[in-house]
Amino acid sequence: MFDFLEDYDVWEAFWVTIQLTLYSAIGSLIWGTVLAAMRVSPVPVMRAFGTLYINTVRNTPLTVIIVATSLGLYQTMGIELGGGDSKEIGFRLAVLGLIAYHASFVCESLRSGINTVPVGQAEAARALGLNFLQVLTLIVLPQAFRSVVAPLANVLIALTKNTTVASAIGVSEAALLMKEMIEIESDVIFLVFAIFALGFVLLTLPVGMLLGWVSKRVAVKR
Amino acid sequence: MNKRQAGIAATALALALTATACGGGSGDSDELTIGIKFDQPGLGLKTPDGKYKGFDVDVAKYVAKELGYKNKDITFKEAPSADRENLLVNGDVDFIAATYSITPERKEKVDFAGPYLMAHQDLLVRKGDNSIDSEKDLNKSSLKLCSVTGSTSAQNVKKKFASKADLQEYGGYSECLTGLQNKAVDALTTDDSILAGFASQEEHQGKFKLTGLNLSDEPYGIGIKKGDTELQGKINKALKKMVKDGSWEKFAEKHFGPSGYEYGEAPKITETS
Repeated sequence: MFDFLEDYDVWEAFWVTIQLTLYSAIGSLIWGTVLAAMRVSPVPVMRAFGTLYINTVRNTPLTVIIVATSLGLYQTMGIELGGGDSKEIGFRLAVLGLIAYHASFVCESLRSGINTVPVGQAEAARALGLNFLQVLTLIVLPQAFRSVVAPLANVLIALTKNTTVASAIGVSEAALLMKEMIEIESDVIFLVFAIFALGFVLLTLPVGMLLGWVSKRVAVKR
Repeated sequence: MNKRQAGIAATALALALTATACGGGSGDSDELTIGIKFDQPGLGLKTPDGKYKGFDVDVAKYVAKELGYKNKDITFKEAPSADRENLLVNGDVDFIAATYSITPERKEKVDFAGPYLMAHQDLLVRKGDNSIDSEKDLNKSSLKLCSVTGSTSAQNVKKKFASKADLQEYGGYSECLTGLQNKAVDALTTDDSILAGFASQEEHQGKFKLTGLNLSDEPYGIGIKKGDTELQGKINKALKKMVKDGSWEKFAEKHFGPSGYEYGEAPKITETS
């Protein structure tokens, strides 16, 4: 029943999915934090940029963003992000697109976390003579992060599943292999679906449970 | 009418509606549902004004006429590659003419009539590009090929004749065509019939050409429900007549002519019971 699997490297495909997820998660955490800092900053231009970015990117379908990185950045403008063959370029373009998209969700989660920190704390820090960056990095963000572990876990799980969109520009991750298997092994089509559904459950379920536990451990008791 | 009666009435109505929606089995019913592609110029394309055109569509209409249906009795339904077997197994369509290559795996679940067209995997290159003229020119890392994610053609490239070539996969053919125009890829590869359809499109005429390499055989058949030998026989008869009275040639010339695609002779019927 499962002997057709011998012709395909399912592990390799899921490994690419994991790599896409990891790089995009790290990237969007950093870029999302920067965006959140912009949205609460005292500089109007930065606030405006943050708002504009979030509202544009968050409301654009991910497929459009990913395909645009390949058709626009790579094909039309010739940006290769370090060159190599089209598989490597495709991978990096996909990571870029995933970061751009998910950073907006990270930013909004984080901003809700910032709102849980009482304003008095920031005011007290200001009164002690800390500047904006010090207030943000020493007082507000450490507490904000601890209260948004669960929402960030949701973003991570969504990100894991959204990596499947990368197959639209030919990154050979799990969804691309699934499409191949559907085309060739059309007699066991539901089994193919089941295998990949199981693969994604195995990826996301432990992450969700682990981060759920972490979120309870680190939450700020108020 | 109390609540319970109303509930029963609603259920009955819903059942009646689903029953009519699923109707259209072959023979006694007077409506016919045919599965075609909606997004393949030259083969099966739904135009913005809701009409259908292409080689597969003309073949399907001809067969339907021979089976005794009028044009107004035909309903076209989209049959994307991944759904084709299930549409037939569930009885959602009566038959499928949608670039449906006859393969042993597919014959596990459905039966075929035909084939009605022998397609081959080929390459589409920019006009004036003569660097590819044999299969040997393909297997090198400097060659950038483009094909659709998960398609048989993409896998042939990877596993059979050009494992070294740099293969870019996209969700659709249009992205590959953009790449071909931008010179981001050197060639688009898939069945020659599909390539011819794209090259014959008004906005692409004169820009691209087919290399004429026959890299594989893809016999397009008409997919039917497994075990329906009566329908298979009828469709085969209709296909034979279509070739004999010159309609096949007419359809092929109409849809593939402008690209210079050599579609050859109509293939011999192989799928009999």
